[in-house]
Amino acid sequence: MSAALFYALAGTGLFSIGLHALLVHRHLLRKILAINVMGGGVFLVLAAMATRNDAALPDPVPHAMIITGIVVAVAATALALVLMLKLTTEAGHAVLPDGKDDNA
Amino acid sequence: MISGMLDIVLALALMGLAWGALASADLFKAIVLFIAFGLVMALVWVRLNAPDIALAEAAIGAGLTGALLLAAYAKLHAASPDTDVDNASRVRGIPFILISVLTLLLTAALGYAVWTLPSDGAGLGNDVAANLDRSGVSNPVTAVLLNFRGYDTLLEVMVLLLALLGAWSLGLSSPRREAAPGLVLDTLSRLLVPLLILVAAYLLWVGAHALGGAFQAGAVLAAAGVLMLLAGWRLPAALAALPLRLVLVAGPATFLLLAVITLLLEGRLLQFYPQWAGRLILFIETTATISIGATLIALFLGAPPNREDRQ
Repeated sequence: MSAALFYALAGTGLFSIGLHALLVHRHLLRKILAINVMGGGVFLVLAAMATRNDAALPDPVPHAMIITGIVVAVAATALALVLMLKLTTEAGHAVLPDGKDDNA
Repeated sequence: MISGMLDIVLALALMGLAWGALASADLFKAIVLFIAFGLVMALVWVRLNAPDIALAEAAIGAGLTGALLLAAYAKLHAASPDTDVDNASRVRGIPFILISVLTLLLTAALGYAVWTLPSDGAGLGNDVAANLDRSGVSNPVTAVLLNFRGYDTLLEVMVLLLALLGAWSLGLSSPRREAAPGLVLDTLSRLLVPLLILVAAYLLWVGAHALGGAFQAGAVLAAAGVLMLLAGWRLPAALAALPLRLVLVAGPATFLLLAVITLLLEGRLLQFYPQWAGRLILFIETTATISIGATLIALFLGAPPNREDRQ
């Protein structure tokens, strides 16, 4: 197995770990971490695919897209954290409701 | 053989840290593991021959995101002291099993899709290499970011500004930190801040032909600002209103102005004359670096710096 394919598969694994945690956990900070891990997985697949053609230098276009993606991810994370803090000051906690036991 | 082992160890560390960050019962520990995850990710980028991404990941992905998460954790703790009690709350029972099974199926499908991709995609590397001498810079990643796909970067700078506007519009107040910084933090910030500003300028300049660029430089600049904020520095009130906003908008506005000018002169968005491209890219990158740095510092603070004075 080539290193490119190996890291691409690792990227899909990271995406799945993140997705699972995003769906399972109710705490919003944990969900924000999970989305970041999912993004890391996607970036890993992109970068691994950029090294496929065994050239001296990998394809720079996916690299530029990943750098763009990292900056957009930190912007989205910062906004999500402020939203979470706003919800906490309004609701008293940062955990999504169960859906069953609190109908209030 | 050795390098293969290294890849396996790095991938396992990545998985383990991601799992630990998302499954550990302690929220603080989760954040620290996530920062470690970002640092291992930076090593993986080096393994994949992507040092530009490694630099961005270490500065932004691990460094700044970590600072943002830790600051948010501290504020969360202050707002809701029982946050560690209910953070373990998660879906249980049949829904949990269902989610796990579906995620496993999706993992298998994604793995199959990646496995069956053709192993020798030509990509755009040759096109970039063929046109590199017309781009005005010799670092291919900078050429793609600022010239060939400049509109991506234009939108990205806008997204950063938009995120800040969103954060500011929520009306939180930045906490007033009365405690004086310790001796170590005080001395360290005095030593490190000038050095960080120098490193940022170097990364900006060298990005045209080697490792570096506007985003890495902006992130290092932001690190200097965050360090100063942690040491108790606050923006003087005279600079907090209009001057700060001008600095935040300078990068996006310059970029947008050049996009409009090139659209009117050339008929295409952000198409530079080859003989002007190098200077224009450096000009855009300089204003973008300052704005990116200021925006990231403002996002760390989470609220306009003058709001606490008004209340």
